[in-house]
Amino acid sequence: MADTTIDRATFEDLKATAGADFVRELVDTFLSEAPGMLKDLRAALAANDAERFRRVAHSLKSNSNTFGALGLGTLARTLEQQGLSPVRDAGGAPLEALEIEYGRVAAVLTELKSA
Amino acid sequence: MRESGHGGARLLVVDDNKVNRLLLARNLELMGHKVACAQNGRIALEMLRREAFDLLLLDIEMPEMNGFQVLEQLFNDLQLRDLPVIVTSSLEGLDNVVRCIELGAEDYLVKPVNPVLLKARIGAGLEKKRLRDHQKELVRRFATPEVAQDLQQSGFALGGKRVQGTVMFSDIRGFTPLVEAQSPEDSIELLNTYYTLMFNAISSHGGIVSQIAGDGLMAVFGAPLPLPEHCEAAVQAAIEMIEMIELFNVDQVSAGKSPIRIGIGIASGEMVAGYTGTNERATYTCIGDTVNVAARLEAHTKVAGHPILIDATTRSALRAPISLEMLGPVTYRGKAQPVETFGVKLAKKA
Repeated sequence: MADTTIDRATFEDLKATAGADFVRELVDTFLSEAPGMLKDLRAALAANDAERFRRVAHSLKSNSNTFGALGLGTLARTLEQQGLSPVRDAGGAPLEALEIEYGRVAAVLTELKSA
Repeated sequence: MRESGHGGARLLVVDDNKVNRLLLARNLELMGHKVACAQNGRIALEMLRREAFDLLLLDIEMPEMNGFQVLEQLFNDLQLRDLPVIVTSSLEGLDNVVRCIELGAEDYLVKPVNPVLLKARIGAGLEKKRLRDHQKELVRRFATPEVAQDLQQSGFALGGKRVQGTVMFSDIRGFTPLVEAQSPEDSIELLNTYYTLMFNAISSHGGIVSQIAGDGLMAVFGAPLPLPEHCEAAVQAAIEMIEMIELFNVDQVSAGKSPIRIGIGIASGEMVAGYTGTNERATYTCIGDTVNVAARLEAHTKVAGHPILIDATTRSALRAPISLEMLGPVTYRGKAQPVETFGVKLAKKA
C-alpha cells in the first residue's frame, strides 16, 4: 500500500539531489518549525485573522510537499484554499486532523532521517 | 559553452519559510553559485540596493512585503529593473503566474522546485543578464552616462526635442604639424591623454561630450538632461580645460615633447537635441544655429588671441566674476548677422 504519510520516492529524490546529510538537517529544521506553524494556525483562528491563516497553511503545504508528506500537504492545501471560515464553523476540527497527521509525519521523518 | 559557464553567479533567495530557503539555497550552491538569503521582500530590497546580485529567486507569499510588491519596486527602480527574477512559489492559479510575468519576472517555478528545471531556468536568466550587461556596457562606452540613462528611460527614437543649452567646441591648435613631427603611437597617446583630461573637465561640470573627431570635440550642457546653469557650467569647464592643458604641458616639456594649445568656442540658446542617423546607427547630437555659432567661435580662437571665446547669450547668464574682453561684433563665414564675441581673460599664473 502506498504510504501517504511520507511518499518514499519523493523523499529519496530529495536525498539524491540535496544530499543525505543536508536532508537530515532540513528535516530537523522542519520538525522545529512546524509546531510553530500549527500554533500559528490556532492563533489565527482565535484572532479570526484569515490572511495569516491562509499564509501559514500555504507554508505548511509547501513544506509538506517538499518532503513527500502528501496527506499533510493535502490537508494544508484544503485549509489554504477554503480559508478560515469552514474551520471556525466546524469548531476547529480540521486543525485537529492536521495536528494528528503532523504527528505521524514527524514520527516517520524522524525514522527516515537516521535510516 | 561549458556546462559550468554560469557557475559562480551571485544569487539572492527570498522566502519567509526557513525550509524552503535552506533547500533552494542548497540546490543553488550545488550548482556552484554563491547564495545569500532574505526572509522577506523588505530585507531583500535593502540587500539588492546595497550589494550586486546576478539573479533573484523570489517567493510570493511573505509577510511585510510580498513578492508582487517586490516586483513592482524593482520595475520602478532604474538600477534594479534589469535584474532577472525567477519566482518560486506554491501559490496556485494562472492569474498569479500572469501577474508575475506582467510585473517583469522571467519565469515562474512551482514549489517544490524541480532541480533540473531550476538549473535550466537559472542558466537562461543569467544568460539574459549577461547579454543585458554587455549591451549596457557597450552603450556606456559609446555614449555618455546621461545619454545611456536617457535611452534606458525613454527608449530609442530618432528625432529631437527643443532645449535650452550651451554648446562647446574644442580642438588642438596646430595638431597637424604636431602629428607629422612625431610617431603615430605618440600621437594616439597624446590624443588619449588629451581626451581623458577634457572629458573629466566637461563631465565634472555636468556637460556631455557628444562627438569626437580627430583632435576636436563637441560638448553639450543642458541636454539630454536639463542643467540649470548651463552657461556658467560650460565656461567653468572651459577654464578648467585650459588649466588641465597647462599642467599637461609641464609634463610634455619635461619629457622633451611639444606643448599643445587648445581653442574653445561656446554659444548658448535654443537647439534641437536628439538622435540622428538611422535606426541601425545613430548618434546623440544637437543641431541649430547655436551649434554653428559655437563652431565658428572655436575657429576664431586661432586669430583672436584668446583660447576661449563666448557669445553674448552665454555672457549674459554668467554669475561668477569672470573677466571678459569685448571683441565686438565679428562676421563669421556662413552667418548673415555679425556675432557679439567675448574673450575670457584667464587669471595670470603667479
